[in-house]
Amino acid sequence: MIRFMLGRLALAIPTLFIVTLAVFAMVRAIPGDPASAMLGDLATPEMVARLKASMGIDKPLPVQYVIWLGDVVSGDFGRSIGNDEPVGPLIWERFKVSASIVLLAVALASMVAVPAGMIAAWRQGTATDLGLIGVATLLLSIPSFWLGLMILLVFGLGLGWFPILGSQALSGSWREWAAAIAMPVLTLFLVEMGSIVRMSRAATIDVLRQEYITHARAKGLSESAVMWRHAFRNAFAPTWTLIGLILGALLGGIAVVETVFTIPGLGRLLVEGIYTRDYPVVQGCILMIAFVYVVVNLIVDMAYPFFDPKVAR
Amino acid sequence: MKAVLRRIGPSGVLGGFLATVLIVFAVLGPWLAPYDPVALDLRARLGAPSAAHLLGADEFGRDILSRLIFGARVSITVATTTVALAMVIGVALGLTAGYLRGWTDRVIMILNDSALAFPGLLLALGIMAVVGASTTAMVIALGIAFAPAVVRVTRSSVLSLREREFVEASRVMGNAERTTMIRHVLPNCVGPLTVLATAMFGWVILAESALSFLGLGVPPPAPSWGNMLAAARPYIQEAPWLIILPGLCISAALLGANLLGDALRDLLDPRMQS
Repeated sequence: MIRFMLGRLALAIPTLFIVTLAVFAMVRAIPGDPASAMLGDLATPEMVARLKASMGIDKPLPVQYVIWLGDVVSGDFGRSIGNDEPVGPLIWERFKVSASIVLLAVALASMVAVPAGMIAAWRQGTATDLGLIGVATLLLSIPSFWLGLMILLVFGLGLGWFPILGSQALSGSWREWAAAIAMPVLTLFLVEMGSIVRMSRAATIDVLRQEYITHARAKGLSESAVMWRHAFRNAFAPTWTLIGLILGALLGGIAVVETVFTIPGLGRLLVEGIYTRDYPVVQGCILMIAFVYVVVNLIVDMAYPFFDPKVAR
Repeated sequence: MKAVLRRIGPSGVLGGFLATVLIVFAVLGPWLAPYDPVALDLRARLGAPSAAHLLGADEFGRDILSRLIFGARVSITVATTTVALAMVIGVALGLTAGYLRGWTDRVIMILNDSALAFPGLLLALGIMAVVGASTTAMVIALGIAFAPAVVRVTRSSVLSLREREFVEASRVMGNAERTTMIRHVLPNCVGPLTVLATAMFGWVILAESALSFLGLGVPPPAPSWGNMLAAARPYIQEAPWLIILPGLCISAALLGANLLGDALRDLLDPRMQS
């Protein structure tokens, strides 16, 4: 078990290394001098010269990379071109907003969708199954930003239950925060249900075909005992991996939902950084999201043997 | 034909129907659309659906029906070129990695897994941050972002094929490695790749509309369902149909791709049957 975990950890290190290399290369790929690009059009020659010195531009590229990586590891992501704020704390503040939305939505979606998928599989071919799989496929086909706009139209503008601007998600009180993130959480909850129900159903069907299930049934166990005691753990394993992938991928795609509800999250920060060519911010956001994606998948893989002990051997 | 229809079932037929409608609109758009999609008519500004403008008009008085039809053309063009690009890159790398094995394989797969370490949309956003936002940039960015999935599928089919007798036979007959790969290995990867391409078609339509919604995809005034949604957002209260209609189009296209993808998977790839 411990060997499996260490092995998986060792696999993540080259990936993280290449991720940092790619993000470093990104800014160097911009045509022209990277220090001027990083500082934008309004920079004075002195500012460019200062940044050049701190980036080690006159030194060879591998040395520049090491200098940059050292800064990043110690939490120094540079300063934003837009407002000269340090990028590190800015990203952390916005990340907390996005992460709370994504975590809540995925946790709620899993709690509903995993049992729903298992029930569909258990009742395979019946009206219950067709109804559940139909709703799931429909949810999978609705873009999150459009569903968000519809929810905004109904619950924000029509019924007036929630504030239509989500800016309180960053600085408001506990209640204001909850009201601000309610609609984005509902949106992502519905969108992610689709894929989780489908995966949970497919995995459960696979498990129910296996001999040990027939055996459990043959020895006279009740259907619910077969389902929850014998099928659940094995059927949940592949769904667990999918949930991890969703958690990471959502953070990359959350910009659209944050745009709909004007939530000041990490996705919005990234997109605004791209508009204004604020490269330190863009670089920091991409690095943060990719890092979280790798780490979340690492944690998910490490917990995998808990559901499927065969893997650890 | 009847047997095929029975095997793909009613949902597959619905998927095929939605996809056909989308393609017909995309191809015949200029003849079907009642107006020029960028023609301004300020008197019709934010007009509700009427006899003159069947689905209403937007904030510049442009006809919504015409813009939706041309939007299908934009989505299909972007999706087709992007999927083609991802396929060309992915098949070339996957075939090389799976057939040659050894160091080539290891290097390609390490790079591929690192690309997969970025969520697809984030990779596209990163590329567009560097090259700037335009339709061409988006196609290239999404093509690169989606290629790693193709590499994986191609490589794993090649790995199981290369041990088979007919590949061995081609090698024994003295065919060059490249001939064996293209003439005997590649045609047998078509099944899983078709399933992947159909699913990817839906992902690209979604990604394109999301990027256009963020203002980083198809630039206005060209009509795309995503940028129509973004432009209509300030008028959500006065003219909700401006929001509802493009979203329905995106959902119908995605539903078509998803249902068709499921049906093709059941038809072509019995191992992946659900």
